[in-house]
Amino acid sequence: MVPHKDGGANEGHSCVKGRFAFGYASHPDRVLAPMVRDSFADEWREVSWEEAISFTARRLREIQERHGAGSIGAITSSRTTNEEVYAVQKMVRAVFGNNNVDTCARVCHSPTGYGLKQTFGTSAGTQDFKSVAKADVILVIGANPTDGHPVFASRMKRRLRQGAKLIVIDPRRIDLVRSPHIEAAHHLQLAPGTNVAVVNAMAHVVVTEGLVDREFVQERCEDFAEWEAFIAGPEHSPEAVQEITGVPAEEVRAAARLYATGGNGAIYYGLGVTEHSQGSTMVMGMANLAMATGNIGRDGVGVNPLRGQNNVQGACDMGSFPHELPGYRHVSEDGARAVYEQLWGVPIQDEPGLRIPNMFDAAIDGSFRALFVQGEDIAQSDPNTQHVHAALAALDLLVVQDLFVNETAKFAHVLLPGTSFLEKDGTFTNAERRINRVRPVMAPRTGKQEWQIVCEIAQAMGYPMHYDSAAQIMDEIALTTPTFAGVSFAHLDAVGSVQWPCNEAAPDGTPIMHTDGFVRGRGRFVETVYVPTRERSTRKFPLILTTGRILSQYNVGAQTRRTANVAWHPEDLLELHPHDAEVRGITDGDMVALSSRVGRTTLRAVLSERMPVGVCYTTFHHPVTGANVITTDNSDWATNCPEYKVTAVQVALTPEQAAVREERLTRPVATAGE
Amino acid sequence: MDTVTQPPHVRLANDIAVQFAHRPPEEAAAAVAAHLRAFWEPRMTAALLAHAADGGAELDLVALRAAELLRAGS
Repeated sequence: MVPHKDGGANEGHSCVKGRFAFGYASHPDRVLAPMVRDSFADEWREVSWEEAISFTARRLREIQERHGAGSIGAITSSRTTNEEVYAVQKMVRAVFGNNNVDTCARVCHSPTGYGLKQTFGTSAGTQDFKSVAKADVILVIGANPTDGHPVFASRMKRRLRQGAKLIVIDPRRIDLVRSPHIEAAHHLQLAPGTNVAVVNAMAHVVVTEGLVDREFVQERCEDFAEWEAFIAGPEHSPEAVQEITGVPAEEVRAAARLYATGGNGAIYYGLGVTEHSQGSTMVMGMANLAMATGNIGRDGVGVNPLRGQNNVQGACDMGSFPHELPGYRHVSEDGARAVYEQLWGVPIQDEPGLRIPNMFDAAIDGSFRALFVQGEDIAQSDPNTQHVHAALAALDLLVVQDLFVNETAKFAHVLLPGTSFLEKDGTFTNAERRINRVRPVMAPRTGKQEWQIVCEIAQAMGYPMHYDSAAQIMDEIALTTPTFAGVSFAHLDAVGSVQWPCNEAAPDGTPIMHTDGFVRGRGRFVETVYVPTRERSTRKFPLILTTGRILSQYNVGAQTRRTANVAWHPEDLLELHPHDAEVRGITDGDMVALSSRVGRTTLRAVLSERMPVGVCYTTFHHPVTGANVITTDNSDWATNCPEYKVTAVQVALTPEQAAVREERLTRPVATAGE
Repeated sequence: MDTVTQPPHVRLANDIAVQFAHRPPEEAAAAVAAHLRAFWEPRMTAALLAHAADGGAELDLVALRAAELLRAGS
């Protein structure tokens, strides 16, 4: 597959996943007919669409009648279209009668939503991808674009080769730190969990060394004086925090000076920022830094999340969060609710619903009894697998809409087969807020688009939800969401793509935000106190595990493991510093047991000096490894985004090494689809 | 009771409270209460209020005061 050169986001480029890994659409594992069963211990039974939909609707209503309106909910997917996501959140709000809808952004970029809304006024990155070509200093924090965002990484590297300076803040020595023709001016190799201390120290340098862009701050921002007094405190100086962060003070000072004075300073960040107990605080810390130096509101600057899936931005935009209606309007806003109440003809609840981790807790305590999961494998992707499995097993009804019988479907009572992107008709919105059409190249193999199935469930539950086409859903989105008011399939077909806000004030869209003023009026400085995570290394668990992704695989791998890409990454590996390996008698390639206070798994060790001493790293692409057996239920204080990036662990040669090796040799490797 | 065995509403409320601990206590409690009102589902808030009414074991003092503010509707 070769992308169109006129594509606004990628301009003809794709990574090894986009280019080669689409054969899963025709993989023999695809489920093409609906299936139901009374208990997840039973065998699946193939049924007609009518029976599956009526079974689902009847069980959902029965559960609500018995346990209350709030006893059911849904999770939307960042792999599905805006129209499919919108339909699910509408089903929850209009038909279920609650706000128990959440999305997989909960476990990745929900702190971005919180932090950027608090400071700038809206939950989105500030730039288009092209903007990096005008950056003079690029600050990459907690992201590994080479593996995680390779197409954007190519743009970034082009700019770096032209002479832009690079600062990397990451516990790992990622490829960007030094690779052919690229070398970071500064690598702040901090201890996991100390992001906020580092960004505060950089801001301290900016404030105390007279590097603040006072004209910008005075014209555009508020609460600066209080923040300035806070951040100037000696406890935030690089010297004061270097023992905590492990980063030499002079290195922090030099990096801060470069970012503040080197021309256009652009921040790009990933899940190494958000997936911490202070993920939201760190997002606000970066926003503070950008505002203080005037690096917001023009080409070449900004604060930009690098997102994990094709439609994370869109799923969030479409009202997937339990506290927000589409367009990031809080459910307590009477005016926003009135728009939907009038159109949908039902009252909308004015209090937040359950987030995904809250759903799990409520399932275990018995007050949450049924869950509809759209295209997400929470049993593999969410932290503390034992807790997740216990919650799923406790449900009276689990409905999974997916391409495959994934790990979550093993606990399900209904499996509604979904469509791949090759069969979808709709829109995706990428990290630069660009709304792009996705057009089907083949008819849905299941006979239905996913939004049609959701509408039919709603109808079977007694609510008249019907659309003739995905375009009609977008028309409703545009009608009800101010930032999408100018969006339609016809407009997208005419112009190719558009970046929201797209409305009367910005008919051609908005490539760069906050140019004249912030969405909230004035940019708000927020005091970001560093609070250490409660997850500490101990004698029993002396190492810190951090998790991430690899180039050839996509998240839990449900799709890419079913393509030839699996040849490049047949198993998850544990990267370990040679010193940590040596003291444990571990050599490269050994099978090791990885354990934390919540669980244990086995995987193969790879010795790597990319890791600092005391820190190890793995990916979570393979269910057989189950990396999330290890991760805990610690989460970001504001959003409950899991703290995937800091888990105290022990690594040891496993006594069952021979058995593990044998198991690995006989482990089935999925064959590629045609 | 440690963080592993604490009920989620206690653990999560404490996580929020510690973020505001640098502010004067009454201001911090008001900020925590506002956050809970904006982001917590009512049954979680109810569980927190019940825990607070039952003595608030292991509940951060700021979180405990936030629960009082929520109960009072302020």
